[in-house]
Amino acid sequence: MTLRPARKGSLAAFAAVPYLVWTAIFILVPLGMVLWFGFTTPEGGFTLENFQGVVKYAGVFWKSIRLSIIATLICLVVGFPVGYLMSRMGEVGQRTMLMLMMLPMWMSFLLRTYAWMTLLEREGLINRFLGLFGLGPFSMINTQGAVVLGMVYNYLPFMILPLHSIMIKIDRSIIEAAQDLGANSLHVLARVLLPLSLPGIITGVTMVFVPSVSTFIISRMLGGGTNLLIGDLIEQQFLGSTYNPQVGSAMSLVLMVMILLIMGIINHFDNGEMEGMLV
Amino acid sequence: MAKLIELKNIVLSYEGDRILDNVSLSIESGQFVTLLGPSGCGKTTTLRIIGGFATPDEGDVLFEGKRINDLPPHKREVNTVFQRYALFPHLNVFDNVAFGLKIQKLPREEIRQRVLSMLEIVDLKGFEKRRVNRLSGGQQQRVAIARALVNRPKLLLLDEPLGALDLKLRRDMQLELMNIQRKTGVTFVYVTHDQEEALTMSDVVVVMKDGVIQQQGRPEDIYNEPENAFVADFIGESNIFDGVMEADCKVRLCGRTLTCLDGGFGENRPVDVVIRPEDIDLVPPSDELLTGEVTGVVFKGVHYEMAVQCGGLQWLIHSTDAHPVGEQVGLSFGPDDIHIMKRLFEGSENVLRGEVTGEDEVTFCDVSFERPGLGLPEGTPVELIIQPGDIEVVSIDHAHLTVYLESLIYKGDYNELVVWTGGRSLLIHSYLDQQVATDIGIRFDFDKIRIAPWKGGETV
Repeated sequence: MTLRPARKGSLAAFAAVPYLVWTAIFILVPLGMVLWFGFTTPEGGFTLENFQGVVKYAGVFWKSIRLSIIATLICLVVGFPVGYLMSRMGEVGQRTMLMLMMLPMWMSFLLRTYAWMTLLEREGLINRFLGLFGLGPFSMINTQGAVVLGMVYNYLPFMILPLHSIMIKIDRSIIEAAQDLGANSLHVLARVLLPLSLPGIITGVTMVFVPSVSTFIISRMLGGGTNLLIGDLIEQQFLGSTYNPQVGSAMSLVLMVMILLIMGIINHFDNGEMEGMLV
Repeated sequence: MAKLIELKNIVLSYEGDRILDNVSLSIESGQFVTLLGPSGCGKTTTLRIIGGFATPDEGDVLFEGKRINDLPPHKREVNTVFQRYALFPHLNVFDNVAFGLKIQKLPREEIRQRVLSMLEIVDLKGFEKRRVNRLSGGQQQRVAIARALVNRPKLLLLDEPLGALDLKLRRDMQLELMNIQRKTGVTFVYVTHDQEEALTMSDVVVVMKDGVIQQQGRPEDIYNEPENAFVADFIGESNIFDGVMEADCKVRLCGRTLTCLDGGFGENRPVDVVIRPEDIDLVPPSDELLTGEVTGVVFKGVHYEMAVQCGGLQWLIHSTDAHPVGEQVGLSFGPDDIHIMKRLFEGSENVLRGEVTGEDEVTFCDVSFERPGLGLPEGTPVELIIQPGDIEVVSIDHAHLTVYLESLIYKGDYNELVVWTGGRSLLIHSYLDQQVATDIGIRFDFDKIRIAPWKGGETV
């Protein structure tokens, strides 16, 4: 039998066709349609009026971004130590922790968020429990805090996973070297752990921020009618009473541009400094 | 000279294994001390205890007379060069070296000057802006040394720092390290398993095995006067034979009584006799000398390595003159070339305690065998005497007992193995070569075990 080099990537290229077709039909075409709707009147003429409609909702945009940033920061602060601890655990410990984190994901997103409603309600479990000690009742549901909580709860694993996978690659001797050179825990964190985890932080932040800023389920279920986010607005333009796909498309475009901008800024920190860090 | 660091009776166990067993060591200021031993001997653990990365279960660590057992690493005036350098991959050469100084919050200009002059010492001038993962192994090594030394520690710990370098570079770096040590006057504690490296570089060599210090002293003393057969075997090549000390300065070897310079072993005591291969001259045979036949010659570059069969033993001889295979030669060496050592294993046979556990059945070390006609009641303690040659080394699947091989020394016509099992050691003579510090299987020749009533004492 003679070994002949396979034609480069022929099979791979062939196998990629279904996805490429899928991308073309279900991603590129709809994107084009959103662009088209965003810049046209219902009659089909070019207009920028739709974007004036967006300006009215600047407050909602700002609130979405603010809440998402808060949720992302909380995820980072909570997830970083967890990711670090996990990365220093033994094989079994790491697998157990990963399992525990994945477990809730086997349940429906809706169901999980719905569960928080019953917990946070005025007559919910938490208030009833606090009531035993004569505390409350507190109004927790339908607040911005509840929305942030929902975001953190649902997206925290997406922060921990990339952090964990980058941190297991940090050799223990590098941390020992820092301690050896006089670094206390704070120095080790600021000068070694954080910079070396940066790629994981960036991935984690992206994976928490993007779905948070565009969510509409969490805000509708936990935020009540008073805490509409962009996602809810867009949804209303397409499915709600204020049917207006032109304005909805314009909103989506603005949101997209904003996400791209923010991601661009975040990714700027990762300017190739880490290249080849994992020797 | 002042004592810089002292270890006093350090004991450290990990998951039931004793990593360090009563290690005491004292290091003086300005010395270059090397911890030498095979892997798993506890040398790196000793270093980690000094650096603060491991805490001893028992014993004290003293730094300039003060106990520092519980002082965390970042508060110790000690810096470490790690085995695989452990450079910070996100920082360039300058920032790696400046790391410790920046934490001390020294003025910028002072940091710059100290880093630059340190980079000059390690021959890395002009590399400040380089990324560390773009450097060669030798260059990374020098960054690691500069990063540690720039803090002007009183003590520098080096954990097999040259292990990843090729031979030529190793030699260069050895000389460079010695130069740096002399220039800076910093005390170095250096860990290696390479005996040549240890002998070349050190003022003091500490030989370790199984968590116990075997010998410490000047390199010349370690080489010329090894304390036991393990040290002799580990440091350089040696002829190690069984001998009997008839009286002070008289040792019996190969059927002759030879004059040596050692004494104090008592009369007719079995000992290990060590003669270095380069201390033996091959001369024409004569009656006063041990004589033998050359059985092998290998050219080694500087010298010839010859095997000589003499008195039933195989002798190793180094000489710049070759003798052809088959030639009859006399072995000439002086009394000062004979080194007498205490045996690693006391006695020449294994004495174990067993118990009668049934009719004609005896059990020891979880092994049972039958001895027809024993006629002792159940529960009687007995003494089992097993000759070292009656234990066979076999694969673990076929073994009566799995044991840990502590040492293996070639004794001229057989290997002397000391193994560890159930809290005691056994002596085995074997013709097979085995990997030291691993588990091996052994089988007993039950018919040859001598059984006697237990004479008393509670020792097992």
